[in-house]
Amino acid sequence: MSISKKQKRKRREEVIGTIYSIIIYTILYIPVFVMMAFSFNNQRYNYFWNGFTTQWYSKLFSNSAVIGSLWYSVVIAVLSTVISVVIGTIGALGLKKYEFKGKKFINNMLYIPIIVPEIVMAVALLIIFMKTGIALGMGTILIGHCTFCIPYAVVTIKGRISGDDYSLEEASMDLGANRIQTFINVTLPGIMPGVMSAAFLSFTLSIDDVVMSNMLAGAKNSTLPVLILSMNKSGVTPDVNALTTIMILIIVIAMILNNIIKNTLKKRAKMEESI
Amino acid sequence: MNKKNTFKRKTLPALAMAGPVSLWMILFVTLPMMYIIYISFMSRGVFGDVVYEFSLESYKTLLDSTYFKVIVKSVRAAFTTTVFCLLIGYPFAYYIAKKPKEVASKLIMLIMIPFWTNSLMRLNSWLLLFQTSGPVNNFLQSTGLIDSPISFVYTDGLVMLGMITNMLPFAVLPMYSSIEKLSKSLLEASADLGASRRTTFFQITLPLTFPGIFSSIILVFIPSLGIYTVTDMLGGGKVLYIGNIIKNQFGAIRNWPLGAALSVLLIVITGLLIFIYTRFAKIEDMEVV
Amino acid sequence: MSDSAITSVISDSIVSLIDVEKSFGKNKVVKNMNIEIKEGEFLTLLGPSGCGKTTTLRMIAGFEETSSGIIKVQGESVEDKEPFERDVNTVFQNYALFPHMTVFDNIAYGLKIRKRPKDEITKRVNEMLDLVQLKGYENRKPDALSGGQKQRVAIARALINNPKVLLLDEPLGALDLKLRKQMQVELKRLQKKLGITFVYVTHDQEEALTMSDRIAVMNEGVIEQLGTPRDIYDRPLTKFVADFIGESNIFDGKVKDLCDGILDVETSAGTIKVKGDEFEVGEDIHVSIRPEYIKVSTEPVEGFNLKGTVKDFIYMGTVVKTSIDLKDKTEIKYTRFEKDADFKEGDSVNIYWNPEKSVAIKSTGKNGGQYE
Repeated sequence: MSISKKQKRKRREEVIGTIYSIIIYTILYIPVFVMMAFSFNNQRYNYFWNGFTTQWYSKLFSNSAVIGSLWYSVVIAVLSTVISVVIGTIGALGLKKYEFKGKKFINNMLYIPIIVPEIVMAVALLIIFMKTGIALGMGTILIGHCTFCIPYAVVTIKGRISGDDYSLEEASMDLGANRIQTFINVTLPGIMPGVMSAAFLSFTLSIDDVVMSNMLAGAKNSTLPVLILSMNKSGVTPDVNALTTIMILIIVIAMILNNIIKNTLKKRAKMEESI
Repeated sequence: MNKKNTFKRKTLPALAMAGPVSLWMILFVTLPMMYIIYISFMSRGVFGDVVYEFSLESYKTLLDSTYFKVIVKSVRAAFTTTVFCLLIGYPFAYYIAKKPKEVASKLIMLIMIPFWTNSLMRLNSWLLLFQTSGPVNNFLQSTGLIDSPISFVYTDGLVMLGMITNMLPFAVLPMYSSIEKLSKSLLEASADLGASRRTTFFQITLPLTFPGIFSSIILVFIPSLGIYTVTDMLGGGKVLYIGNIIKNQFGAIRNWPLGAALSVLLIVITGLLIFIYTRFAKIEDMEVV
Repeated sequence: MSDSAITSVISDSIVSLIDVEKSFGKNKVVKNMNIEIKEGEFLTLLGPSGCGKTTTLRMIAGFEETSSGIIKVQGESVEDKEPFERDVNTVFQNYALFPHMTVFDNIAYGLKIRKRPKDEITKRVNEMLDLVQLKGYENRKPDALSGGQKQRVAIARALINNPKVLLLDEPLGALDLKLRKQMQVELKRLQKKLGITFVYVTHDQEEALTMSDRIAVMNEGVIEQLGTPRDIYDRPLTKFVADFIGESNIFDGKVKDLCDGILDVETSAGTIKVKGDEFEVGEDIHVSIRPEYIKVSTEPVEGFNLKGTVKDFIYMGTVVKTSIDLKDKTEIKYTRFEKDADFKEGDSVNIYWNPEKSVAIKSTGKNGGQYE
């Protein structure tokens, strides 16, 4: 009797939990699907639904402003990913391994761009650039992006370094490899998963960033998010919806492919082991 | 000890590895932060330039009713966002954490996917849904619930919806990982000792997941306080938060010391929260996505 | 330069540590270490954790710099050499196998770094796989190996460079008892076969006694005694060595009388006899006696006045370990054959031994390893 009562309660809780989370997921996904739907809207500016069309997907590539800003965003995202991952990787290793004066200070500094509201970091950098007469443009946006990507990269990679790695490095040096050979052959492969997720994180943070890109941009070019922000008053055009739809589809497909490849590799490794 | 060896084996590698990141942080974090604090104590010239004379003018301006109202409004909005995110997010995180590991990681992935679309485009979607002739109003009118369309656009309510939906994952993830880490045997021990499920939740689960909850508070409250994109997109320039005011001081209005003072205010609030946090948990343990 | 520094030049030692010291901050972990390691010998650094044995090994390998003193390998100071420039190789405590490389690539690492031709690498790796009996495992990743197999890979990897000296840092520590015993024998055989000098670090005294040609017993950064396993076991020079190696009963006392090399010693538990030279009447002394040499009688024994009460027995198969409480509350460990059993718990007994079997230790007997 009591068992069935308990089971009943469990089942009821399960049902409530499932319904609840379906509602939450729906709320999280509504904006994405609405965004996709309006990429098929037959209207110059997205105010209301005016019938179905696929014209924006073909016209997208002739809108030089949108494509130009996308290109600008991608270039900045790639560059800031590379810079952040390089500085972040060797920085994480250095900060973990070596003791030096001011290390604690640097570690605390790393948390500032992660925690302090981005607008504060952006205006602080802006003042410095204005004061020193550095012209605003791609360079300043890059500095802005790297300033928050580097800390994320350091934190992500630092979490991946374990005590074992030091004995691996020692083993490598013991076998005749110098510091650079050891770094390439042993250290880097060991923290590669961390480096990859740092790169992914940096890229997504950079390409989606509005605040730094907005505050630190020059008069000439703007990134895609800044372009969208400026379109807001007049209404975002459906070709931007089309572009964003293509981008999210690419990301999701890449993720699924990545998962499939990982799984098959795992399976193959397991099969090899059993042989 | 051989000094030359120490240099070659310890100092040089340490310099080469920790040097770039340290230099970057000092140049682009420490210096700008110090400088913005410095500027906040300067005064504003007639043409919007900074006059390098010590003054508390900017901080006094913050207490003006106009600015003070904005500050109170921002804090209230950030607070409301945080409360909603916690209340909605905790049961959600709990539900996911109780699933088998493989299912849970897929469910977490499912939370992340929408966030790889541009955040402004997602906000724009809410605008499209709730505009005067948009789907929501059409639906409500067709059901006969309302006669004339409700004007949702550019209201505090819509801004709040945008804030909450944008911040929810940052609340869910830290709480999820702290609930997930919670050992099942503790809950069983509590039940074994005669505690009801309610008692177990309030005596064991909630206190032990508190660090996760506090991480969520920090990750939601602080960014909400400085946000200006949501108000720009959904508030249409009518709803203003601290972030908008700061941005404007460095744009059209050109009052750097005031913008700096507002930034310092945000830094102080952030510092205060972090200080409280570190009394409960280590900052390194904070879950950053 | 000290005397030992001069002798090292003319000796046949392959590794010399001369007045080596190491401090971490204020903490001196190795003090005034002098040791000559001979070519082809199996030398063990034995001691409790924190005694400086691993630090010593790491200084020879080059992972730690000496705070002062000189380390020579083949008569040549290695102070300016980095770990990758030294002709010594190490087998690490937790193997430190590269997890992302196969067994083959792990073993080949040293040769690949030296850019040896491919067919030479294959040939040498196969030789090594033969040597450690791991043929057929070359394509496995370390994760798919058992502890013992990982151990063999670690040894093969370290040996492929033909090092003059192999340093082993508690290499068997992570293995279970049975496998450890088996590997001890294998390692010893391997060392004899290859004729390479092994410097072996362990805290396991039984392991040290089984495998070593010589043992350096270390405590608090100092070599307490350096000698053959027999020497160390039968003639401990310090109280620490007597206590650390095997089981011992140690008495603190004063020399009361001496006659023909036999000392009468007064302790708080009673009077005992011990063989010993170079002691004076009234001198403080430690007396060590192994449990297996203890004898027990119901009658008083001449020269001994050591009474106790039988406390309990532990049966260990052929022998029985017995604890006896003395009148000053110290406990005596006593091992006897099962067939000799003739006491009950609570029996009053007299304890004695052949004075030749006990060891007299100077109470100031800390020897900084100044000999050989």
